[in-house]
Amino acid sequence: MSEYEKPLPVLEGFSADFYGFCKQGELRFQRCSDCHAWRHVPRELCAECGSWDWAWALSSGKGEVFTFTVVGRALHPAFAEDAPYAVTVVEMEEGVRVLSKVQGVSPDELEIGMRVEVGFEAVTEEVHLPIFRPVSA
Amino acid sequence: MEEACIVGIGETDYCRKPGSGLSQLGVQLQASARAIAEAGLKASEIDGIMPFPNLGRAEEIAANLGCENLRYAATIHMGGAAPAASLQAAAAAVNSGMANYVLLPAGWNGYSGARVRQTVSQDVSSIPGGAIARDYYLPFGFTAPPQWYSVMARRHMHEFGTRSEQLGAVALTMRKHAQLNPKAVMHGKPMTMDDYLASPMLADPYRFFDCCLETDGGAAVVVTSAERARDLPTRPVRILAAACGQPYPADEITNRRDIFKTGLTIAAPEAFGKAGLTPADADFAMIYDCFTFEVLQQLEEVGFCQRGEGGSFVEGGRIELGGELPVNTHGGLLSEAHVLGMSHIVEAVRQLRGGLGERQVKDAQVGVVTGWGDFGDGSIALLAR
Repeated sequence: MSEYEKPLPVLEGFSADFYGFCKQGELRFQRCSDCHAWRHVPRELCAECGSWDWAWALSSGKGEVFTFTVVGRALHPAFAEDAPYAVTVVEMEEGVRVLSKVQGVSPDELEIGMRVEVGFEAVTEEVHLPIFRPVSA
Repeated sequence: MEEACIVGIGETDYCRKPGSGLSQLGVQLQASARAIAEAGLKASEIDGIMPFPNLGRAEEIAANLGCENLRYAATIHMGGAAPAASLQAAAAAVNSGMANYVLLPAGWNGYSGARVRQTVSQDVSSIPGGAIARDYYLPFGFTAPPQWYSVMARRHMHEFGTRSEQLGAVALTMRKHAQLNPKAVMHGKPMTMDDYLASPMLADPYRFFDCCLETDGGAAVVVTSAERARDLPTRPVRILAAACGQPYPADEITNRRDIFKTGLTIAAPEAFGKAGLTPADADFAMIYDCFTFEVLQQLEEVGFCQRGEGGSFVEGGRIELGGELPVNTHGGLLSEAHVLGMSHIVEAVRQLRGGLGERQVKDAQVGVVTGWGDFGDGSIALLAR
């Protein structure tokens, strides 16, 4: 099997936790233990209320496409063969937004507001990227 | 507070092939030396330098030029918003006595050297989000500026009905203005709407012609106090006010409650308030045009029109020379050269000095310059003759 050449997250600190859950098939975000605000990307403390107490809370995994782009010409060589590929911002039911991609739909069928749910793509043994698929009607 | 003035401007040639033949430092030094000479100063009198973020150090710039009395050295880390933001800091420096003459250099070999488009994981230290981009953007192929900003443009189209032809109107206007500027890389290369619409899609809705040029070249300006400016040979251009700001969060694009609130949204009212002016007082605007949508987005956030109206605002020749608000009379990053926003200040100074021939904005008294950088940092300077 050829080596995976696309950029990978560095599994340190919060990113080790976030992607560690992904490897277990769970999409989790930080949630403030005091004001209960969800947040993404990971932060040290709650910008809403100042609390340092938080937990990795399980997301419903469901959301909708908030915005997207379709990359027609990759600007990073490792993505050249993927183009055209869509990059989407998904607004989760919890309110946080995640940069990801939607599979199972061609880029020209992608629409803002499309309902999607999370799945995981194992790109290496350690890194399982959270990706999305349209919610079947 | 006493006003500060821009008293010297300098530029290199702007080019793609065959490249500048100078190093990244070299293009900055050539532009700087020209700005200092135009101001009637000696390098030893430059006692403040504000290098462009990640592209140079005050120490090496001073050592090469002969700035042997350097006191003030600072960089505003706002990417393309740095030059206009640096006008604010330079004005404060010269009026508080931290420096007498501050040099603002910028320049790079954006064509023959490293390309911005080639962001890879190792570059994260130069991206505002740093490890955020590395861990949460790059693995999904969200790797470069046209992609980062395209999601804002897409959302604007969704919410306000902004159309591709309106983005095209920005590209065409910049190209039209470049025909009046022999320095412009796109001088002699006019463009039609059909050309624009036929250009390949890079990051929908951004086509090839929505994107700024990649060029070699540098530009620089010198700032001093109004009092010192009176003794210098050039006609001073007054910095009425300058301000900068950041979106929130500035290091992450997707989780902004209001995705259209950028640094300029904060900076513009501050600058107009300080100057006692409104957008209606501007005779022209030099808008940081990294991509076409960013122009209409900034026109909205400066307050030239309401949010959502940027698309119709840029149509019908309103932003062309002879229109209500001429924008980027030099051709901008889209059609002159990508000089990191410094060329926008240089062009504003030229317009306010006057004598630009067919490119001259009639009776130009007040001009607006904006900067846009990183993930939406913003800056604005209000300049006057």
